[in-house]
Amino acid sequence: MITLQHMLTLSAVLFSLSIAGIFLNRKNVILLLMCIELMLLAVNFSFVSFSRFLGDLDGQVFVFFVLTVAAAESAIGLAILVVLFRERRSINVEDLDTMKG
Amino acid sequence: MIVQVLFYVLSAILLAAALGVIVARNPVYSALALVLAFFSSAALWLLIEAEFLAIVLVLVYVGAVMVLFLFVVMMLDINVEEIKRGFIRYAWLGWITAFLVIAQMSAVFAVRGFGIDTAIGVAPQPADHSNTRELGEVLYTTYVYPFELAAMVLLVAIIAAISLTMRRRPGLKPQDVAKQVAVRREDRVRLIKGVGAKPDSAQGEGP
Repeated sequence: MITLQHMLTLSAVLFSLSIAGIFLNRKNVILLLMCIELMLLAVNFSFVSFSRFLGDLDGQVFVFFVLTVAAAESAIGLAILVVLFRERRSINVEDLDTMKG
Repeated sequence: MIVQVLFYVLSAILLAAALGVIVARNPVYSALALVLAFFSSAALWLLIEAEFLAIVLVLVYVGAVMVLFLFVVMMLDINVEEIKRGFIRYAWLGWITAFLVIAQMSAVFAVRGFGIDTAIGVAPQPADHSNTRELGEVLYTTYVYPFELAAMVLLVAIIAAISLTMRRRPGLKPQDVAKQVAVRREDRVRLIKGVGAKPDSAQGEGP
């Protein structure tokens, strides 16, 4: 039988993998966005499993809203990325130093 | 028993896919690994009987968001080699942070516990139980205002994405329908005396 412990462990490992991903790919904006998506997925895992194992449906409603906001976030993020690439011909974070004093 | 085996297999696939996302050299492979991760999470959510969210995850994430990611990744001409420079230099920091995060989360949960017995499992729902119906009943009554706010968030995202990426290129000759409709006869048509017409029969302007 799957217990809450199983799901929470999986969620924690997934979350920390995506944190490691942010450190590893800190130059590539697209991969940063993907790692953020993975983080949101890990958080959603916790929500769904708490909701199921504690018998409270509100957690699943919250996952619904998180999915909505995450979709909006990635759409706007990718739009900014496209504009950025058009201006700079690069998505390397180190090239984005216009506001550096 | 078979549920447990399925859980371990699916979580192994999920973690392997997540690892693939963060270490792949090519962003296209990362995006495809992320698709695999979303699919296996949807299967895991089905396993704990959150059917509606599992389907939504496949439809929204795999069907829309990841396709958007793949479009962008393939549209942009990215120099992979240059981006991957310095990959190794800070790798250890990333792994240390990851382990620290795991240790912190498990420490907090082990000490506090929050009054939750984590070793609980739940009995499976009866066969005629509908997760979608249950969720809909909560979503359209208690959470109806947040639901409409979420719709507004999506609308704002649509407008923002379109207005960010729209550009007016010089040299294009688009139609201006308002101008086309508002044009009058006098602006375009001018009748002149026919060159080869006889002088007496040519009356000039038509009726």
